[in-house]
Amino acid sequence: MKRFTCGELVEVITAYLDDALDEPSHAAVESHLACCADCGHYLDQYRATVRAVADQPPEKLSDRTRDRLMSAFRERRKP
Amino acid sequence: MGSFAGSALPPDDVIVSALRAGDEAMFAALLDTWSRGMLRVARSYVSTDDSAEEVVQDTWLAVIGGIDGFEGRSSLKTWVYRILVNAARKRGARESRTLPWSALDQDGGPSVDPARFHGPDAALPGSWKEPPASWPTPENQALAAEVRGLIGKALAELPPRQRIVITLRDVEGCASEEVCDILDISPANQRVLLHRARAAVRERLEGYFRSVMAAE
Ligand SMILES: [Zn+2]
Repeated sequence: MKRFTCGELVEVITAYLDDALDEPSHAAVESHLACCADCGHYLDQYRATVRAVADQPPEKLSDRTRDRLMSAFRERRKP
Repeated sequence: MGSFAGSALPPDDVIVSALRAGDEAMFAALLDTWSRGMLRVARSYVSTDDSAEEVVQDTWLAVIGGIDGFEGRSSLKTWVYRILVNAARKRGARESRTLPWSALDQDGGPSVDPARFHGPDAALPGSWKEPPASWPTPENQALAAEVRGLIGKALAELPPRQRIVITLRDVEGCASEEVCDILDISPANQRVLLHRARAAVRERLEGYFRSVMAAE
């Protein structure tokens, strides 16, 4: 049975969340997490980070550029 | 939410035929939905906001001109983003901000400081010395704004390749296969860049939450 130390586990978290680990490694992560609250907290922090990164303020094209592109489309694609 | 994840755009074939038929509402919807993420990605390659906007503009002009030749071998989004990344790379090179895509050097090594774990002589080698804390959920508006600002700063300070990958994956909500296609990198490479980027942002947040919790 494959085992991870906490220090090794934190390096495979992204692969684990992406479901990109091979079956024994995936199982080893799950069994480590089942009995290690510390890594559970790390995983929670990691997930919270991913959620927080998604929450960046929206960007916007300037009206000038947007207008220019709309008229370029209109000109070029005139039905 | 990412620009794509929250959007309700129709399937590619519907969009493509609408664009070919000159459907302005469809073009406007696409422009408004995708430009947000495109600006963010362009900004990772070039030095000013104006350059980023020009790169996005050039990309859309190329899309308008090239949509008749789109063959659907990749998704429309991937196709548009590939045009964007090529334009941004060229522009960045002119501004001497060349990104070394071949070497992984600055992205190697552990993503968490090895000093956080017990050494080989400890009872439990490789286990946490000081356990990671559970973080508060910032319900308070001011706190949430502070976290957003902190993350913006942390993203800006990442090595460019890490910043581009985390922007595509976590800010824009692209799938990993899409990111590999857009940037022409392997899944393993994509994962390493993403992992290091997330770990760096997590570390910043950890420092922040530690100070917030200490102050309470
Ligand atoms: Zn552990």
